[in-house]
Amino acid sequence: MSAYFQDYLTVGVFAALGVMLVMMMLGVAAILRPHHPNPTKLMPYECGVDPVGSGWDQTHVRYYIFGLLFVIFDVEAIFVFPWAIMAEELGTFGLVAIIAFILTLLEGLAYAVKKGVLRWE
Amino acid sequence: MTLLENFWVLVALKALVIAAVVPLTALVLGYAELKISAHMQSRIGPYFAGGRWGWAQLIADGLKFFQKEDIIPDRADKAVFKMAPALVLMSTVALFVVIPFSPSLRVRDLDLGIFYVLAISSVSTIGVLMAGWSSGNKYSLMGGLRAAGQLIAYELPLVLAVVGAVIQAGTMSLNGIVEAQAAWGIPFVIPQFLGFVIFLIAVLAELTRIPFDMPIAESELVMGYVTEYSGFRFLFFFLAEYANMFAMSAIAATVFLGGYWAPGLSDAQLQYLGPIILVAKVFLLVFLFIWFRWTFPRLREDQLQSFAWKWLVPLSVLNIIATGIFKVVF
Repeated sequence: MSAYFQDYLTVGVFAALGVMLVMMMLGVAAILRPHHPNPTKLMPYECGVDPVGSGWDQTHVRYYIFGLLFVIFDVEAIFVFPWAIMAEELGTFGLVAIIAFILTLLEGLAYAVKKGVLRWE
Repeated sequence: MTLLENFWVLVALKALVIAAVVPLTALVLGYAELKISAHMQSRIGPYFAGGRWGWAQLIADGLKFFQKEDIIPDRADKAVFKMAPALVLMSTVALFVVIPFSPSLRVRDLDLGIFYVLAISSVSTIGVLMAGWSSGNKYSLMGGLRAAGQLIAYELPLVLAVVGAVIQAGTMSLNGIVEAQAAWGIPFVIPQFLGFVIFLIAVLAELTRIPFDMPIAESELVMGYVTEYSGFRFLFFFLAEYANMFAMSAIAATVFLGGYWAPGLSDAQLQYLGPIILVAKVFLLVFLFIWFRWTFPRLREDQLQSFAWKWLVPLSVLNIIATGIFKVVF
């Protein structure tokens, strides 16, 4: 088995381990714990009073703008890493190219800030 | 081929060790937090459990959780509700794969190293959002949305802050980064001080610790996305939080503080002293986190967002450019 394939298998095994830990401990707890559900107990918690409306009420999701900004910069980060490893070999050309790339994206962030998407009223 | 060279035997053994290490780190750090917090507030903290110093307090707490009823609210989206803690713990356990404890002691030295850490740690964001959404509770929903907004805002400074260290080391493998620092003779915290500070702030936010604990702000959101969780499912979030704190501190120690390496020690000495050196550095950072908790007040949600976007992201980009120029020109 190649070392490359083993890397992925190891990560897979440990991801599975995390899920297995949860299932194992819940399994043990299932033997010991009581189980007496009643309607009041199963009500969503709202500081003791009966819940008003559904738990999935309309909320102002301010975060979608941040989501969009995040996608742009996360992609930038992915492109920056390969350059970071090869920075010395790529030399001045690589440096100028990556600075131009980063500054272009920063301009987008500056535009978003100027537009006031980060201001909450 | 002996038994120990077999890939599957080796992975199974390492999985067993990590399965023991993850709850252990949570126990030790949880206890440290109780005790240090107590002394910072002129209290004694846990005292009676286990005979002296209350050392068994968290073990007793854990056993108590075994007997607690597992309440799933009837308005919850049950399948997602059950899956969320598993996803959070999965990302935490997978983080431990790449931490190098000594020149040879680690689960696996991935070439992607630090990049893998950043990718896998953001999986827990999905778990948190799932927990918040599926509970069918307004506090949980608000907490989940806040957590998602916060985690993605601070994911960027976290990712960009390590690029400087990667440029200097010329590799993403965590072992390679430690070796680069050993070859250089000084840890990266000195040339990459800005990166280190940004990384620490971002780690605090990723761990949703004070002053970045708006997603679980007790005084306004009860417990945020964990409000509806009880018994062992609640414990998993707690466990993941402390194990994550250990893992992220270990990553910060590895990338910026030299990891298992300490000046003046030979390679053979590092083989067995390495884990002690790393854990000592981790505890230093953890102490800092606990200290912050009792020093800074909680930020407001919009302050948090603008702090990340207006300060941390541009500063970390500046750090990348400065490091790049330094590396290429000199």
